[in-house]
Amino acid sequence: MSLARLIERLLQLVPVLLGVSVIVFVMITLTPGDPVEIMIGDQVVTPELEAAMRHDLGLDRPVHERFFVFLGNAVQGDFGESFYHRRPVIDVIAERLPATIELSLVALLIALATAIPLGVLAAIKRNSVLDRLATVGSLLGVSLPGFWFGILLLMLFAVHLQLLPVSGRIGFSSEIEPITHFLLIDTLLRGRPDAFLDALSHIVLPAITLGLPMTAILMRVTRTSMLEVMRQDYVTFAEAKGLARHRVLFRHALKNALIPTVSVAAIETGSLLGGNMIVETVFGWPGLGRLVVESIFVRNYPLVQAAVLFYAVTYVMLNFVADILYTVLNPRVKL
Amino acid sequence: MNMQNDDTLLQVQGLRTVFETRAGTVCAVDGVDVAVRRGECLGVVGESGSGKSVTFGSVMGLVRRPGRIDAGRILFEGRDLRALTPRQMRAIRGRDIAMTMQDALTALNPALTVGEQLAEVLEAHDEELPRGRAARRRAIRDRAVEMLGLVGIPSPGTRLRQYPHEFSGGMRQRIMIAIALASKPKLLIADEPTTALDVTIQAQVLELISDIRAELGMSVVLITHDLGVVAEHCDRVMVMYAGQVVEQGPTAEVIGQPKHPYTKGLLGSIPRLALRGEKIHPIEGQVPELIDLPAQCRFYSRCRERGVECLQSIAMQDAGPGRQARCIRLNPETVS
Ligand SMILES: Nc1ncnc2c1ncn2[C@@H]1O[C@H](COP(=O)(O)OP(=O)(O)O)[C@@H](O)[C@H]1O
Ligand code: SF4
Ligand SMILES: [Mg+2]
Repeated sequence: MSLARLIERLLQLVPVLLGVSVIVFVMITLTPGDPVEIMIGDQVVTPELEAAMRHDLGLDRPVHERFFVFLGNAVQGDFGESFYHRRPVIDVIAERLPATIELSLVALLIALATAIPLGVLAAIKRNSVLDRLATVGSLLGVSLPGFWFGILLLMLFAVHLQLLPVSGRIGFSSEIEPITHFLLIDTLLRGRPDAFLDALSHIVLPAITLGLPMTAILMRVTRTSMLEVMRQDYVTFAEAKGLARHRVLFRHALKNALIPTVSVAAIETGSLLGGNMIVETVFGWPGLGRLVVESIFVRNYPLVQAAVLFYAVTYVMLNFVADILYTVLNPRVKL
Repeated sequence: MNMQNDDTLLQVQGLRTVFETRAGTVCAVDGVDVAVRRGECLGVVGESGSGKSVTFGSVMGLVRRPGRIDAGRILFEGRDLRALTPRQMRAIRGRDIAMTMQDALTALNPALTVGEQLAEVLEAHDEELPRGRAARRRAIRDRAVEMLGLVGIPSPGTRLRQYPHEFSGGMRQRIMIAIALASKPKLLIADEPTTALDVTIQAQVLELISDIRAELGMSVVLITHDLGVVAEHCDRVMVMYAGQVVEQGPTAEVIGQPKHPYTKGLLGSIPRLALRGEKIHPIEGQVPELIDLPAQCRFYSRCRERGVECLQSIAMQDAGPGRQARCIRLNPETVS
């Protein structure tokens, strides 16, 4: 991976971010609802006060002017203040980010840990009952709406069986002084296995829900590429050498079969961010996704804009990571 | 074939390998007998699709779905390979019987270095390796370097760390041979080792195989569709057509005086072996579909010597000492 490729990628970001900014601005303008009216709610205020609030938030200027002000500030790293929190949106987002990243990583881990073995098994035992079940399962996994599956899990494990908590990130009694802001890590660093288990019990259901579509996709990718690879001459040749079966399967077949899986996983991690909004809302997960949903409801424009830009950057960067992984895993592409 | 004696390394009897396809059961190998003696080189010729690769893939126990061995015995040093457990078979594969595949470009794993691919066959089979970890690793490396050197790869030490795509086609063919020979097999099955190579490299690779055969005293099955190659390198030759052996015998005799019309046709299609001023005439027509073949000579539709008596199943006929051919004309009872 050369420096030139990296710079090229970063330059590609410019038009993407510009486009995303325009789209977000247009969408916000087209969406009915006014942040000031929402703030006022049922209270009675004088027109002067309302005008002052509007001026204060910069909403008395025309849209195109607002756009260029936003752009001008954004290139200097200033994304404005959250209407609601009255603090820089960057700070608000940074606060919520660890919860979202932690949830996404656990979801990714669960997806990889189930999809790869299942995909390999389905390929090895092609057309078996297990393969058919996995195929049906992955079809459901892709097509079931995430919130529906999440609510189902909630009702079963949290409400009915009462095995797991209904919402939140950790119980009150387990709150700890943060170090990395990743609770699964911090609880262990602070020597609180009880709190770790508590955090774990909170993250399990949302992570499974979030990871489900990805699990389904990765399983299918793994199965398909494994089947493809097992047909290759080099696998036959490996067998002709008299190697042990596990060696043929894992060293020769899986190593090649995982190249597409890993790339797709990196790209799909970007879509975990989108899925986060729904899952975080269903499970009351205090992350960025829920913050964005709330902010949309109250028309907290600066926060929505910054968050969407953040999503865009992350998405492009993850595609870049997918590229790098592909190169690293595939000696043929090395330059 | 009744040549079973102590000299016989591999004996295949009545091998039948089929593929279940949507169109029906493809009988890719149908009643094939093969015998390979110790130290000899057997040439196997025939057009594409005549069942050469499937026959020897069956010997290696490497027939994959939707294919399966339907009937026959495969005796290697007197042991029936079909009766072995997968584990026992793996112990023979790569150690006693090694194979090089038709296409060297696809037979090496693109994600593993050449050194890794060489080392693993040694790890799997070489009982002479020292026990200690470091000593073992060094011994494997030394053997790998030695093998690459043997097949003529320059600066083998550095080359071991490279990936297959960093080598030319001819080099990859050599590497595949090095891997196959690493455990000093008793039998090497070389499936069209030269088809993808240009003429000079072809000659080098074949020389290499011949030299190593002489050195190790191993037997070689040389699959090719080039009778010229057979004439130069093989003691005996077996001609296959549409899943059957149609002629077999000592190379010089088969080439000097072919008995089966198909063999004659093949010889006629090779310029340098064209028989005494005869014109070159590639055989017209194609190998028939191997599904639901009628009970008649399989070469019937393309044969210049055919007659009504050929419209029945044709058995192998003796055709002189150590020679056989599958043509009704050789049966004195039916020659009119
Ligand atoms: N995987 C397969 N599925 C169906 N038929 C096959 C398969 N592999 C081989 N065959 C059949 O076996 C025949 C012989 O193939 P092969 O042994 O590769 O020929 P050769 O090596 O002589 O060119 C082919 O013509 C084809 O009909
Ligand atoms: S049996 Fe008849 S058709 Fe077949 S090769 Fe002999 S002459 Fe030709
Ligand atoms: Mg072949």
